[in-house]
Amino acid sequence: MSEERVDATTEKREREEKKPRRLFGLKVVVLVAFASFAAAILGLALLTNIMERKNEARNPFFRVVELTDDTADPAEWGKNFPLQYDGYRRTADQTRTRYGGSEAVPRTPSDADPRSVVAQSRLEEDPRLKTMWDGYAFAVDFREERGHAYMLEDQTFTERQAVTRQPGTCINCHASAYNTYKRLGNGDIYAGFRALNQMPYAEARQQVSHPVACIDCHDAQSMQLRVTRPAFMEGIKAVKASQGAANYDVNRDASRQEMRTYVCGQCHVEYYFKGPEKELTYPWQKGLKIENIVAYYEEVKHKDWTHKQTGADVLKAQHPEFEMYNQGIHARSGVSCADCHMPYTREGAMKISSHHVQSPVLTINQSCQTCHKWSEEELKSRIETIQERTYNLRGIAMDALVQLIQDIANAKNAGATDEQLATARQNQRLAQFYLDFVEAENSMGFHAPEEAARILGESINFTRLGQVSLRGIANPAAPVRASYYSFLQ
Amino acid sequence: MNLQLLKLIILGVGLGLAVGVGVYTFWYGKGYSYMSNDPNACANCHIMNDQYSGWLKSSHRSVATCNDCHTPHNFVGKYATKAWNGFWHSYYFTAGGFHEPIQITELNRNIAEESCRYCHQTMVHSITVSEEKDATEEMSCIRCHRNVGHQH
Repeated sequence: MSEERVDATTEKREREEKKPRRLFGLKVVVLVAFASFAAAILGLALLTNIMERKNEARNPFFRVVELTDDTADPAEWGKNFPLQYDGYRRTADQTRTRYGGSEAVPRTPSDADPRSVVAQSRLEEDPRLKTMWDGYAFAVDFREERGHAYMLEDQTFTERQAVTRQPGTCINCHASAYNTYKRLGNGDIYAGFRALNQMPYAEARQQVSHPVACIDCHDAQSMQLRVTRPAFMEGIKAVKASQGAANYDVNRDASRQEMRTYVCGQCHVEYYFKGPEKELTYPWQKGLKIENIVAYYEEVKHKDWTHKQTGADVLKAQHPEFEMYNQGIHARSGVSCADCHMPYTREGAMKISSHHVQSPVLTINQSCQTCHKWSEEELKSRIETIQERTYNLRGIAMDALVQLIQDIANAKNAGATDEQLATARQNQRLAQFYLDFVEAENSMGFHAPEEAARILGESINFTRLGQVSLRGIANPAAPVRASYYSFLQ
Repeated sequence: MNLQLLKLIILGVGLGLAVGVGVYTFWYGKGYSYMSNDPNACANCHIMNDQYSGWLKSSHRSVATCNDCHTPHNFVGKYATKAWNGFWHSYYFTAGGFHEPIQITELNRNIAEESCRYCHQTMVHSITVSEEKDATEEMSCIRCHRNVGHQH
């Protein structure tokens, strides 16, 4: 009896002792299970991440549509090349940089001009431009250039169209023109090019539907870069001939790296419309430097218009990015336009050229740091130092030019003869073209800093020579100068 | 069923699963390749593709691999550097948010600098002006010769 009781008590005690031990065991199991659970989740998460990255590295290319030499619509190309197309579409972004880039300015659409957003007016920013271009359509409307996406729209609706009759030649560089050339020329792009040049603008405008597109720079089969603009083919042929290389065919003879500049040089150049055929011509027969270009214009006696205030036969520089860049250190080092303006970008594991063509100031890491191992702030400040110096010098040259124009106009109004004014007018022509060459060039000197400064220095000197040539000519409308001149006499 | 056994089974399955996933991930991610000197391993993840293809065309391609320049020339230092860089590279590659183009850190620049001197010491000995100062502060090889291993 007592034994039994003892046994029962021991069992009870044992049970009581076992209970917390069992509880402890459960805790360990739960903890370890939880830790394993977490480890397995983390492990699987890492595993799937590695799988995704490995898939990225596979560089998948899906040929969704068949592209041919007649596929003009970039959206079709975009089906096969969605990443490049995505960037291309983003050229619609409007971003300012310190000395360039466009700002989205709202405007009230009208029947003549349905645009609700435009870029800021350069004429309002710097009214001296109106004096320089007096008598020319640019004095009426001139805005900061926007991205590629707007090239056709902005040209169609600029007020310059309203005040002057422009030729179809303008379309060459404001639209995807390759297929238009082919259609108009029955397969011969040279014939199509000449036909387009001779149309009035409005008629030529009907022949095109897109801003610059894939086919303007790429072969539809191989995706190789190629030049499609006859004006550039002829221009670069002339440059190479002037350097001693006869019969240069850009699509046959240029290297891949050269093509990464030449496709841009198809349009970002100085040009004029030659003869009654209005043939788009790049003035490079003597070379690419400004002196070569001016020498050519003097030889063919080209003028863009007659200055309203002074009667000088003057020239309008266009956007000589290609020419200016060619005088700079980056060109000399073999760096192409695309290296900075379409930098290599990583999309997953794929290295693609960014087709969001824009100012490298907005992509300093991809555009500059690939070669220049300095911080973004340092590189940006280097760029802006160059641009600020150019900008200030440009201001000085512009003030000087405006004074020369004033002086010539005064002398003219006071009865000076054409013969007396000839030297001053010639110097105005040169001063103005040299200044405009930097002003119209889209880099504020960065493409070739020393060359830009040299050109502005030359411009100021032409202005000085022009003013000196007016000495001794009656100038009653400028009293301060009059006493100065009378002192000289 | 015996409770004790059940607990052990749960534990075993749980741990086994975690270890299994871990080992498979290590194998799938070619974790073992990072113990080697093969430059291919450095381009496993595609971030260093440019550096790798640059090295293939460089002047040092037949005399130095990645590890010859980017890890110290002693066993402990080499694997400590591999572990440290390996961890951060994996972390940023997985989590994202790193500067592109990739830039070398101070620590790794010093290692590379020392590596130049390790092989070229007979030549640089006479260039180094002072023995006392930190040699990397004094004159940097890669400031001028930064393209010998790979462009960019």
